[in-house]
Parts: sequence; structure tokens; C-alpha cells
Amino acid sequence: MGRSRRESTIQRTLAGISHAVRETVFTEQIAGRPGLLQETDARIKTVGLLELLLLAALLRHWYVLVALYAVALGLAVVSNITVKFFIKRVWLFIPLFAGIIALPSIFNIFRAGDPFWTIWDFGQEVTIGSWSLGTSLAITYQGVKGAAVLVLRVAASVSLAVLLALTTKWSDLLKALRVFFVPRTFVLILSMTYRYVFLLLSMAGDMFTARTSRMVGPASPREDRRFVASSMGTLLGKSHTLSNEVYTAMVSRGYNGEPMTLHRFRTAWPDWAWLAGVTLLSAALLGGDRLLG
Amino acid sequence: MHIPDGYLSPQTAGGLWAFMVPAWYWAGHKVKSALSARQAPLVAIGAAFTFVIMMFNVPLPGGTSGHAVGGTLVAIVIGPWAAVIAISVALVIQALFFGDGGILALGANCFNMAFALPVAGYFTYRLLSGGAGAASARRLIAAGIGAYVGLNVAALLAAVEFGLQGELFVAADGSALYSPYGLSAAIPAMMGPHLLVVGLIEGVMTSLVYAFLRKTDPSLLVNYSAVKVAAAGSFRLKPLIIGLVLLLVCVPLGLLATGPAWGEWGTQDIRGEIGYVPPGMERFSGIWSGLLPDYSLPESNDAAVPDTATDDYGVVPAAGPDEPVSLDGVRDATPAYLVSGVIGLLVASGLALMAVRLITRSRKRETVG
Repeated sequence: MGRSRRESTIQRTLAGISHAVRETVFTEQIAGRPGLLQETDARIKTVGLLELLLLAALLRHWYVLVALYAVALGLAVVSNITVKFFIKRVWLFIPLFAGIIALPSIFNIFRAGDPFWTIWDFGQEVTIGSWSLGTSLAITYQGVKGAAVLVLRVAASVSLAVLLALTTKWSDLLKALRVFFVPRTFVLILSMTYRYVFLLLSMAGDMFTARTSRMVGPASPREDRRFVASSMGTLLGKSHTLSNEVYTAMVSRGYNGEPMTLHRFRTAWPDWAWLAGVTLLSAALLGGDRLLG
Repeated sequence: MHIPDGYLSPQTAGGLWAFMVPAWYWAGHKVKSALSARQAPLVAIGAAFTFVIMMFNVPLPGGTSGHAVGGTLVAIVIGPWAAVIAISVALVIQALFFGDGGILALGANCFNMAFALPVAGYFTYRLLSGGAGAASARRLIAAGIGAYVGLNVAALLAAVEFGLQGELFVAADGSALYSPYGLSAAIPAMMGPHLLVVGLIEGVMTSLVYAFLRKTDPSLLVNYSAVKVAAAGSFRLKPLIIGLVLLLVCVPLGLLATGPAWGEWGTQDIRGEIGYVPPGMERFSGIWSGLLPDYSLPESNDAAVPDTATDDYGVVPAAGPDEPVSLDGVRDATPAYLVSGVIGLLVASGLALMAVRLITRSRKRETVG
């Protein structure tokens, strides 16, 4: 058992790297499909989805959050994303994890509230040190409600963020950031980073593959730690050299510290109609949420 | 430690965005002045490096594995302000393209991991390494401890952000609207694993990478310090003394104010203003009283103003807005108030001076070494 685990540390990193690359290629494929969100102008789509994201943070009732989640699912369907894939992608990790985190809070010993199901009546007050457990162990109404609101809020937010990432080409998404007054240098740095992430990932992948292919038998965790540390160091050195080379290349092509970008976005009436629709829907959901108390 | 959307209230997330926007501009300004046009590729590739090493599994004793953030390491190599931008960029890419960490929560994540982590880590490293040369064992250990401190500061901030949600943002029926736990649960739950495991991985890995670079590419470890020393001006004492004298002249101004400072109300003032004291505030009040409470000397408290209730400043409050300040009370409390002011000023400027001296001395030694 120990042997397979030791080996798997490096294998796991390799698997993680290839997974990230695969996901990105797949995302770009979805962003190229025809669909409502794909065909909306990247800037307007980003503004609209951020509006909905803010709405997800402001809502207070679980049933209004369910409605918002349904809106996100609807958007996925009209954007040519399979519902099964979308649900799996969203729920598999983050909302599920939120549920696990929120689980203890439904009990009265972690968060006070009105009990609706008493699991165990202690008969008297039980204390551990200065911490009082109360007189019974119960699931509270407030706890369940709070946990449901948290999980639904996380699920709705993650769905909207995933929609944005899945339906927008990365170059368009970065350019859309200019709408939010993000400085041009910052956008340039972001797009360079995005490109070099994949170069560095492939360098790291090569180092790990080379190491695995030269290994006869397992290494000790101590040795593996050293290997990972020296890979990080090598990668840092390579990145530093690379940044100098890239800088020289940029200067020789006329870069003087001020990046220039091409703007080729053009909006049409369906874009504005989409934004108006999203804004109206947000206002309606938020208004309804506040009217309900 | 990547906080997803949904855990933080818009107020918390928005507040941290509001903090980070000027912080990014300021860091950008610092980087521009130190690194000129080279900044863009250096920061971009630093960010890509941060992103990639966050994916590395580090084997732990016992067969499991964990991740390192590498924030302090990046700060040591490219400087703390360039690191603030580089790690922010890595976090933006993780949030936008890989769904790791929320978009609204990006301000909070950047505040914890891209601002507090490299800054705390780097300055701990600087403080501990003192004037030691780049090849010394002291720097190696300082890098590890810096990384440990930086990571735990970031974890503590994240825990406080989580904990505040459970305390402050609650629906009318008492159910939680965001993260459901209060500070007393969030801080131990977050700090336990970070103090015992995650921080150690970060510290050990940073030291190991530092040792590797020291052996293979030592120029990387002095690059930033060399640039910085060249850019830094010499330290002069004269402006400091002029400033101090001006401040001392202004000390008696405080005696003219009647009520407590806005936002610094004690529980008594709050009760007077709104009729009750919020339970959370009552619980935390009195947890710390300063060395010179109410800006008066401890032993002079009783003698200063006999038989009269005083406000926070040892000054008798005026009976109504139009009535003059009771001059007897002012006269009695004045010496203690002035002495407190002067002691405060001297202690603060002394500490600042020591810190500046410490930094400039280590810089000088670096240039010599």
C-alpha cells in the first residue's frame, strides 16, 4: 500500500496537470458551439452574469435561490450545454463541500435555534469544560434553513461562474475586463500569464514524466519532497530566464511599456435585449425576495 | 483557502474589493518604479509559476499529500509588491477559468493570499534574516519561517472573514444567511490544520526550494534586493524631527474636543445614544484596556478630577451643546493628558525609527555582501 501511495504523489500531480489542460481544451470547444450565451457580446454577457452573481449573494430565501438556479440551468440549455454535464460539473465538488461544511451547523450544539427534531434528550445540561452542549441534541429549524440557503447560494453562484467560463473564449473574456476599468497593463499581464501557464504546465509535466520513467522502484517521501522542491526551483529559474527573453522579444518588436490592444467587439440589439432581460429578472427576483420578508 | 462565492456577504466581499483596488494600484506603482518596463513579462511569468506550483502535490509523512502556495517564495524572488500582483493574477485566472475560488469573493481571496500572505511572509523573512548573506543558513530558515507565518496570517484572515458572517449576517428568525459559524468555531477549525500541517508544508517547501536555488542559481535570490537597494534613497533624520515637533505642538488640540471621537464610543456612550448595548459589543468590551487608559496616567486618575464624572479623555463633559467646557476639569486633567500624548508619540516614533534602522542596516549589509 505504501509503495503505490508513494508513487502516486508524482502521478497525481501529472494527472492534475493533464486534467487542467484537457478541461481547458474542452471549455474552448464548448465556447465555439452555437448557443445563446456564446453569441452574446462578451462584455455584455459578463456584465449580465455578474449582475446575476450579485443577485445570488443578495437573496435571502431558499426558494428564490432555487428559482435563480433554475434560470442558470435554463441558460445552460439554450447555450447548447448538456444539463447532465452542467449539473455534474457544478455540483461535484464545491456545493457538495459546502453541504459537508454546513452539516454540523444544523445541530443545536453548534448553532442555537428552535429544535424540530430532538435526537437525544440528555435530561440535564451537559458541559465540556466551559462549552455547554445544552440539555438535548436536536436538529434546528434555523440550522437546516441556513445550511440550505448556503448550499443553494453556492450552487447558484458556481453555476453562473461556470456558465461564464464555458461560453466565452478566454481571449474575449480577458478583453471584456476592459469594461470594468481594469488597466491595460493588467489585462496584458493576465493574457500573458494564461499563455505561459500552459507552457510551464507542459515543462512541469515533462520533468515529472522524465523522473517517473527513470525510476526503478519507489522513492522515499523524503526523496520525493526534495524532487518536488528542486522541480519548483528549476521551474522558477526557467520562468525567470523566460521572462527576460520574452521582455527582449517584446522590446525588439517595439514594446515601450504601454501595451496596445485591438478592440473588435461590436454589439447588436439582441445583446442589449439580453442585458435588459437579465436586469428586469434580477429586479423582479430581488423585489420578490424582499417582499417575502 | 480559496473562498468560493456564497460563503461571504456582499458587504464583506465588497469591502475587501474596496481594499484591494487601491492596494493593486499602489503595488503596480511600486513595481513600475523598481522594475520599469520589464515588469509585465516578469510578473506574468511569476503568476504562471505560482499557478503551476499550486498544482504540485507534496508528499507528507504518513502517505498523504498537500499543496504549497509558494507566495513567500515568489515575494523573495520578484519582490513583495510584484508578488502581490503576480499572485492576484494567478487567483483571477483560477477563479475565471478553473472555478477555483469565487468571482465576487476574489477581493477577499486576493486580500488573504495575494496581499497579506506575501507581505507578511516577505517582511518576516527580511526581519529574521537581518543582515545575513544570501548563502547563510539563517536566510534559509528565515525563508521557511516567513512562509509559515505568511500562510497562517492568510488562514487567520480567511477564518475571521468566515466567522464574521456567522456573527453578523443572520436572518430575522436567527438562521444564518452565509457561512453559518461564528468566530469561536471558524478560527479553531481553520487554524488547527494550517498551524499544524499546511503551514509546515509551506515552510518546509520554501526552505527546500531556497536551498536548491542557493546551490544552482543564487542570482535569483539577490536579484530583487539588488534592484531595491539601487532604487532606495538614503534615510534622513531631519524631516522626522520636524514632523515630531509639529505633532507635539498639536497635542493640546485634543483637549478642546468635548465628546468621544466618532466611532470610538464606549458601551456607556452607545447606551446613551441608542438606548441599549448590542450583546456582541458588551461581550467584547473591556477585553483590553491600554497602558495609559483614557489617555491619563494610571495613578493620576482619581486625583485629576475629583467628584465629577469624566468622559473617555479625562475631561469633564459639557452639560449641553451650548454650554462651555468645564475649565476646572480641563485644567486638572491637562498635565496627565499632555504626558500621555508625548509618551505615545515618543513610543510610536521610536518603534518606527527602530524598524527603519533595521531595514536600512540590512540593506547596507546586502550591498556590501
